[in-house]
Amino acid sequence: MAEKSDLPQGTLDLLILKIVALGPVHGYAIAQRLEQVSRGVVQVPQGSLYPALHRLENRGLLAADWEETESGREAKFYRLTRKGRTQLETEAASWQRLIEAVGLVLKLSEGGVE
Amino acid sequence: MNWWQRLWRRKKMEEQLEKELRFHLEQHTNELIAQGYSRDEARRQSRLALGGPEQVKENCRDARGTRWLEDLVQDFRYAIRMLRKQPGFAAVALLTLALGSGATTVMFTVVNGVLLKPLPYPEPDRLVAVHGHTDTWNAAVYGEQNVAYPDFLDCQRSSRSLEMAGFVYSGGILGEPGVPEYVERREITPELFSLLGVLLLRGRAFLTEEDRPGGAPVVILSYSLWQRRFAGEPRTVGLSVVLDDKSYTVVGITRPGFQLDGEEGDVFTPLGQDTAAYLRNRRVHPVGVVARLRPGAKLPQASAELELIGRQLTAQYPDSNKGRGFVAVPLRPDVGDVRSTLWLLLGAVGLVLLIACVNVASLLLARAVSRDRELAMRVALGASRGRLVRQCLTESAVLGLSGGVLGVLVSAVGFRPFVQLWPGTLPRAEEVQLDWRVLLFALTASLVSGLLFGLAPALRAPVREVEQALRAGGRTLAGSSRRLHSGFVVSEIALAVVLLVAAGLLGRTLLRLSSLNPGVNTRNVLVTRMALSPAALAHPAGIRAAWQDVLDRARRVPGVESIAAVDTFPMRQGENQLGYWNTPAVPPENQQPLALATSATPDYLRVMGIPLLKGRFFDDHDRRGSDAVIVIDEVLAQQAFGTRECVGKRLWIPEMSGPNWSEGNDSLLVVGVVGHVRHWGLARDDQAPVRAQFYYPFAQVPDGALRRWSELMSIAVRTSIPPLNVVDSLRRELRGATGGASGDQALYQVRTLEQLASDSLARQRFLLLLFGIFAGLALLLACIGIYGVLAYLTGQRVPEIGVRMALGANARDVIRLVLRQSLGMIFGGVAVGILAALAAGRLLMHAVDGMQSTEPSTLIITVPVLVLAATLASYGPARRASRIDPIRALRQD
Repeated sequence: MAEKSDLPQGTLDLLILKIVALGPVHGYAIAQRLEQVSRGVVQVPQGSLYPALHRLENRGLLAADWEETESGREAKFYRLTRKGRTQLETEAASWQRLIEAVGLVLKLSEGGVE
Repeated sequence: MNWWQRLWRRKKMEEQLEKELRFHLEQHTNELIAQGYSRDEARRQSRLALGGPEQVKENCRDARGTRWLEDLVQDFRYAIRMLRKQPGFAAVALLTLALGSGATTVMFTVVNGVLLKPLPYPEPDRLVAVHGHTDTWNAAVYGEQNVAYPDFLDCQRSSRSLEMAGFVYSGGILGEPGVPEYVERREITPELFSLLGVLLLRGRAFLTEEDRPGGAPVVILSYSLWQRRFAGEPRTVGLSVVLDDKSYTVVGITRPGFQLDGEEGDVFTPLGQDTAAYLRNRRVHPVGVVARLRPGAKLPQASAELELIGRQLTAQYPDSNKGRGFVAVPLRPDVGDVRSTLWLLLGAVGLVLLIACVNVASLLLARAVSRDRELAMRVALGASRGRLVRQCLTESAVLGLSGGVLGVLVSAVGFRPFVQLWPGTLPRAEEVQLDWRVLLFALTASLVSGLLFGLAPALRAPVREVEQALRAGGRTLAGSSRRLHSGFVVSEIALAVVLLVAAGLLGRTLLRLSSLNPGVNTRNVLVTRMALSPAALAHPAGIRAAWQDVLDRARRVPGVESIAAVDTFPMRQGENQLGYWNTPAVPPENQQPLALATSATPDYLRVMGIPLLKGRFFDDHDRRGSDAVIVIDEVLAQQAFGTRECVGKRLWIPEMSGPNWSEGNDSLLVVGVVGHVRHWGLARDDQAPVRAQFYYPFAQVPDGALRRWSELMSIAVRTSIPPLNVVDSLRRELRGATGGASGDQALYQVRTLEQLASDSLARQRFLLLLFGIFAGLALLLACIGIYGVLAYLTGQRVPEIGVRMALGANARDVIRLVLRQSLGMIFGGVAVGILAALAAGRLLMHAVDGMQSTEPSTLIITVPVLVLAATLASYGPARRASRIDPIRALRQD
């Protein structure tokens, strides 16, 4: 397994929103997908996943329904609300800006003053 | 889902959370099994990955955002369960709180109705009163000045920002139908009802064309007169009634409770119909003015406008209006002097509530100490300090709120008796009702008191030394808690001392005032106002004849010893204050000393039993045409002449020295000196700003003033039998005593002088009663408090006492040990209390007439009562401690 890194503050919500945006999904699948997509770099402590989900639901960014899985079991499926989608877009954009800015700064320190 | 849905679906949400986490675990386990782990190992791994399920759940619950509410509900249920488990504690605490909060809520209900509620008209904040204003007018002595009728009409016509209405007080005799009766009459302008925004119950208000001389004679009856005289007969409107021998048509009935300037009045007639000369005179100011700001207008604008109008009138009528202006002030209910009394009572009752709070706090604290173990257990299980404090506060809030609810119930039944108990009539009594303000007050007061008495127990919720607390088994007592307990007892005793001393002060004051000499002999004197028939009032000779007839006929009534007619009475409302000077160089009006003027007939001294000190009183020879004479009292003699001889000297009294008054003389001859009479009542006279008095013969009142004087006259009768027994025959005899004129006349406001004297102390008596009750309550609560605290403290010391007894202490030593502890607290409280009582005494001195500063004798009488009661209360626990069996006490630990 590759080296794991801790998640910066506040990014867990963003990641959850992005994953849920791909389609209704239950909690366990979110944990799985987070790990797969980030190629194991990001590992969410499962204990903090559910409070995060409930918090997002409480803020109206996620909605949840009980549906049957492919294996015929009932699970709680989360999906993005309209408010959640807006939130995802703004947060993703600001994250993007942040990355670019941080990248610029890092480049600067490597290459010296150009 | 709303927050309340989440709250109510709590159970379902818990199930769903459980199901969600289980699903996660199972999925993970299955996957691990598929990867080749054994079933047990897979289960273990998945649990490890997720973390402790209860912790995850707790975090999820926190994420819901309604956590505090859920906790609150939980704490609330828990609190109620705890209270039900200890019914004794709950009953004592609730009873204490119900008393404290009930008494406070009753007082607030009254304060709210009388002092805080706005006037009962629509948009009361846009109503203003318009007063007359001159620089020489002393509003502090005479009250606000009214407005001359012509001035009122000019203001009304010119004002753009104010809509104005006027009213004039007068009286009259309502003849047919029924027995002639004196009625309170208000002459009003037609806009009055519409301006106030008040509808009539039946009929209509006056029309503009009725508001002029010669307009159709119409009258509006007040609701209570309509009920009293016409039994609420609906067809009264349209009937005609006889008022002052003139026939009027009833056109309307006011709504029940309608009041003008704080009084209901009996009949209303159009002011414009009155052709009396004084209403045409700009020097006479009888019209009370209420006004409403027109839409968009503001008060400063209205004031500026009135000032301008005042200046125009001054320019136009310099003789009468020099220096005269008009001011507009927000219309406020006139509640007289009850304001300070009510706040005083609310303060006193607040002290009782405070004692109740301290009592409950010490009860709660005792309980909290014995709950140390339970709380320590909670801390051990992971509860935070904040959480525990919250739980404790919720418990006390539940107690406080229940106390508040009981208080509102007490108040709902208690405020009516209180209002009825009020001496005389409480102004705005009809406004005293439970309303949202009272409920808000009760809620706030109970929550604040809940916080107050819950804070100490809550803050000592243990966090550190959990282990010790658990091990000690809640038996040892930390020093801080003992100090806190003593602090409670000390403050309770101190508060009780304040109330007791206040009650003692009031009692002493009342005793002192009752023993004062009123200056008159109050036994067997009947005083009553007398309204002559309008026909008799028609010309001066008729008036003099009618009064002579009244005196002659009354003298013939069996049981009447002597009789006098007089315009003002000691200890009853109404006085005539005139400026005087002892040389002809009389200073300006506002620099003259004032004296109370009374006009009377010659037998007045004999009727009232006022001692003649020098010279003579007037007799039948002092009449129009003879030298104008006055008789002064000892106070005026001292003020005007000092130690010099005063009989035969002269006084200059500008109001009575015109050519009309004293037969061309500019001064009055002093012919005698009489004793001082406590005109302002037993309590108030010593502090009254104007105490000097003089008397002048009614026979020398000039013809021009006779009619006005006759409207104010009363008669005083000294009887040989109980005075109320002559009322009926007097009434019958005087109905026809018109000096030969026709028409109705009536006695009204019939009282005995003894009643008047006693009523002048009614406020003090009432305050004493209430303070007595409050002090008694405070004493009782303090005793319960000290008993509870001591019982608890000695209970905690059982092992120690056991050791002492095992080492040879006997029962007496143990009693002494406990009493020493309690006496320390009692005397601490007394010391603090006396300091506070001295401060409270000063407050009482300002608020209550006739009160003197705190004398040591009051403390000497009241403080031992408290010390004795508190010591008795602590004797019980002490005695119980002395009966401890040392063997069992030692085995306990």
